[in-house]
Amino acid sequence: MKQRTKKRWGKIAVSSAIIALGFLFISPLLWMIVASIKPETLIFKDMGFQAFIPKELTFDNYAKILFSDDINFFHYMKNSLFTVGMIVLLGTIVNSLCAYALVKLKFPGSNLILIIIIALYVVPFESVLIPLYIVVNKFGWINEFPALIVPFIASAFNIFLFRQFFMEFPKELEEAAQLDGATPFQTFIRIVVPNSKPVFATAAILTFVTHWSDFMWPLIVATDQSIQTVQIGIQYLFTDNNIQYGQIMAALTLTTIPVVLIFLFFQRYYVQGITASGVKG
Amino acid sequence: METSKVEIKNVALGKASGRMTYARQQKMLGVIFSFPALALMFTFLILPVALAFIYSLMNYNMLNPEAKIFTGLDNYIRLFQDAIFYTALKNTLYFTVLVVPLQCGVALCLALLVNKKVKVASLGRVFFFSPVVTSMVVVAILWTFLYNVDNGLINSVLNFFGINNQPFLLSPNQAMNSIIFMSIWQAAGFQMMIFLAGLKDVPETLYEAAEIDGANAWQKFLNVTLPSIKHVTGFVLIITTIQAFRLFIQPYVMTNGGPSDSTKTLVFMLYENGFQFRDVGYSSAIAVVFFLVVIIVSLVLKKVLKQ
Repeated sequence: MKQRTKKRWGKIAVSSAIIALGFLFISPLLWMIVASIKPETLIFKDMGFQAFIPKELTFDNYAKILFSDDINFFHYMKNSLFTVGMIVLLGTIVNSLCAYALVKLKFPGSNLILIIIIALYVVPFESVLIPLYIVVNKFGWINEFPALIVPFIASAFNIFLFRQFFMEFPKELEEAAQLDGATPFQTFIRIVVPNSKPVFATAAILTFVTHWSDFMWPLIVATDQSIQTVQIGIQYLFTDNNIQYGQIMAALTLTTIPVVLIFLFFQRYYVQGITASGVKG
Repeated sequence: METSKVEIKNVALGKASGRMTYARQQKMLGVIFSFPALALMFTFLILPVALAFIYSLMNYNMLNPEAKIFTGLDNYIRLFQDAIFYTALKNTLYFTVLVVPLQCGVALCLALLVNKKVKVASLGRVFFFSPVVTSMVVVAILWTFLYNVDNGLINSVLNFFGINNQPFLLSPNQAMNSIIFMSIWQAAGFQMMIFLAGLKDVPETLYEAAEIDGANAWQKFLNVTLPSIKHVTGFVLIITTIQAFRLFIQPYVMTNGGPSDSTKTLVFMLYENGFQFRDVGYSSAIAVVFFLVVIIVSLVLKKVLKQ
């Protein structure tokens, strides 16, 4: 009996701690969303708990950044979706093919290549920033979309992720296809790909989330507004001399929505990707 | 569409497949399959790594690329005599030394909390993870407002507890600590998820055995939980350390490296020299030093954690 009441109090303590800390973690984001639907004058007037309560609702901030001619946030969103979409599409194809080749289609040197790829995984992107800029410049891609896309298609991390999955792919399935007279290419397309949906989803989602928040590289190669991504767009709104807080809050909220949607709909794959990289790496 | 592509490929391979064994086909296909990724990696990763080493030995300015000339170790000598380099190194190390244990500690506590069988656990998981889905630029802009000295929300909360307005990002003494606090808030949920996966793998029987031996909650944590998540902890420490060394967006957006260089980091210095002063040679020397520091620290960490 005594043990049980002790347990119950423990549960209450844990629950209260989660709720209190949870509010602490969510409150900056809550403030961001609430401020985005407030009139400009109230954003820094409502303090304390009032900051989290919209007394006057308005969607002017959204209307202004989405439909006015001088800002046009759609433009940045479109550029980001296109850039990241291309990286995801081309990246999943190229990296899955490479991983499959390294695991299942052993050819001379494939083991060495694998070791090199794993070693490359530790190179911090910042240390190749300047030479990469010079390489991309040689291709004539500064302020062109390929500069934002092509360098990020091949990814050591994604190859590694696919490799982990393909290594455990049942040999029997492939052998059965082989007996049926399928070529290795057919085996890959018809047997391996359809049975590897989880790893494709995980790789695609992690790639999307990673590159959606890219900042440093676009800052350097996308100086022209025509190809600028959403992260650069909000930075310009922020450094504008005539700063409009409500509009920035709306822009920050819009920038976050795609990743939130992914998290809501594909939570399982998203979390699997994070933990798979952790537990096995 | 899909099948027609396969058929085209079949025709292409068809002639060969008659003569070639399955094993040889496999080998050839292996080369074809891996070629795109390897070519891209060579061009956009291996080549730039090599170029960084080469440029670091050159006097090379982007504004006058024709005049580039090998100058040996001049850039490195200049770097090791540059006071700003030591400031940047010190700031980067300060950030790393504080963020890594604090963030991992917070993440572990959060993971332990939401691993308990209570109703609000799944809600807590979503709340703690929510800053992670927000990009660092968004977070940095948002917190610049929150940290505002006159009308920031954090100062209004401090006022409520009778504390005077703090300058936060405007003070050389507080700016880096403010960035540290925000960074922990932003990323702890990520490490929490990895810890959580580790905690889920701890066999329940171990806890039951400890309970029979009369262990209290703290003893169970020390003798069962911690040893069981040793590998996960090691991994989390290494990725958090590498991440910490790369600090750039926060100072770029929030403080522009200031006030009085108090938030200038190695990567910030690299960016500044490369893309504002256009000094490829000097910036590459910083990149090489940065690269070596990160590699050495992660190797040392790996060694230490293995024991």
